[in-house]
Amino acid sequence: MSDRSPDKPKVAFYWCASCGGCEEAVVDLAEAILDVVAKVDIVFWPVAMDFKRKDVESMADGSITATFLNGAIRTSEQESMAQLLRSKSQLLVALGACSHLGGIPGLANLFDRASLMQEVYVQPPSTINAEGTLPQTHYQDNGYSVELPVFQETVRPLDQVVDVDYYIPGCPPTPKTFLAAVQILLGSELPVKGTVLAPDCALCDECPRKDTKPEKPVFTEFKRPQQVLVDEQKCLLAQGLLCMGPGTRSGCEALCVRGNMPCSGCYGPTSRVRDQGAKILSCLASLVESKDETEIDRVLSTIPDPVGTFYRYGLPGSLLQRKRPDGVRQAPLPSR
Amino acid sequence: MLSCRPAPGTSQSNFEPRIVAFFCNWCTYLAADLAGTSRMKYAPNVRVVRLMCSGRVDPQFVLDAFAHGADGVFIGGCHPGDCHYQEGNYKTLKRYHLLKRVLKEMGIEEDRFRLEWISAAEADRVRTAINQMVEKVRDLGPLNLELKDVEKADAEEVLV
Repeated sequence: MSDRSPDKPKVAFYWCASCGGCEEAVVDLAEAILDVVAKVDIVFWPVAMDFKRKDVESMADGSITATFLNGAIRTSEQESMAQLLRSKSQLLVALGACSHLGGIPGLANLFDRASLMQEVYVQPPSTINAEGTLPQTHYQDNGYSVELPVFQETVRPLDQVVDVDYYIPGCPPTPKTFLAAVQILLGSELPVKGTVLAPDCALCDECPRKDTKPEKPVFTEFKRPQQVLVDEQKCLLAQGLLCMGPGTRSGCEALCVRGNMPCSGCYGPTSRVRDQGAKILSCLASLVESKDETEIDRVLSTIPDPVGTFYRYGLPGSLLQRKRPDGVRQAPLPSR
Repeated sequence: MLSCRPAPGTSQSNFEPRIVAFFCNWCTYLAADLAGTSRMKYAPNVRVVRLMCSGRVDPQFVLDAFAHGADGVFIGGCHPGDCHYQEGNYKTLKRYHLLKRVLKEMGIEEDRFRLEWISAAEADRVRTAINQMVEKVRDLGPLNLELKDVEKADAEEVLV
């Protein structure tokens, strides 16, 4: 940018294993983005402007005021960019659920690398790959050599790779959440390191259906939204739907619930909870009405995918982090 | 938190399971106490944590134990209908069943996680349940949730 001023805070954006939705959230600030842009210099934002890695390398350490990094870490390239941006930035902010807790890409931690490679490159019905050719990290042809990043065994949230100062939750964070967070960071007093920049209470607190929530909802079956005609006014838990609201941080203004869909937990846990999935599991299980073991098991069997439901956005950041490998180290990718 | 990670190089042959047990103050802990005063012997592989009620066992405690080196987790509470707090053990029962489903999906064998109702008088049941569990976990081998080291091993691995 030509009107670069030495006084303005310098800001960078980067993306790793993500869908681009968090970048959308930034753009969705609409007119408000002009206020932000007026106050900061954007020095690196590959998704929107032409910057290269060498531009970042040439900056002095700590010269970027704040870097907003979205996406989980899956490849060696993402890991090295995270390290580079960490050393160049005074503040590193994990933006969005993937960077915060692992996000949707983190569900790949239910599989190991070898089976993912098979699933994507060998087994799809539309793929003909009789030789089982898989992506390689090194390739040499005609005296030229090409390097590709290593696809790592595990998906990790940003703070398992580098030191993180703040988190902005959400899949994606709403423009309002993002703007509020930026204003906090531009303010004179910074919050305690490690703070998640969103309200610290459960979603039920700001849910428009709060008043219809029974004292103790009870479950005789966990219903899925497509199985019932959902009442648009009544608490979703009271209608037998599995809503993650009680175990999820507020800040999104209950967008999904307003759209008549249960909360799926993207804002992560509040600060008092270490493992969101375990906590919502604890809450929902104790709401099962029956005391009979067989009946309890039947009711619980109506949750078809407990890990994918309770850890939809947070498996890599949870206590167990990933499915336990079968005890045997996976074979390295075959060479060509 | 729990410092019960096996020493490096621990092989399966001299493997001693580490079991974290959460016992309720009113029944199972008293039963374990009775087992002690009656000089009953049971496998020393269990680290007992006393809680006021089995209903106090937050699923986070169980996952934390597994993530920090426990090979098994044992919960002991009052028999159904006997809970000092009326409902605590029923809540445990429901959470136990749902958590078991999660653990299964996460590749942790069913025998590593056990719930038993043991009243204050059933010292012998403490002994048999613990001994049984230790033997089952011994057969399964170490859990080895070496989470932090996965990528380190990854970096060392030559991929060509």
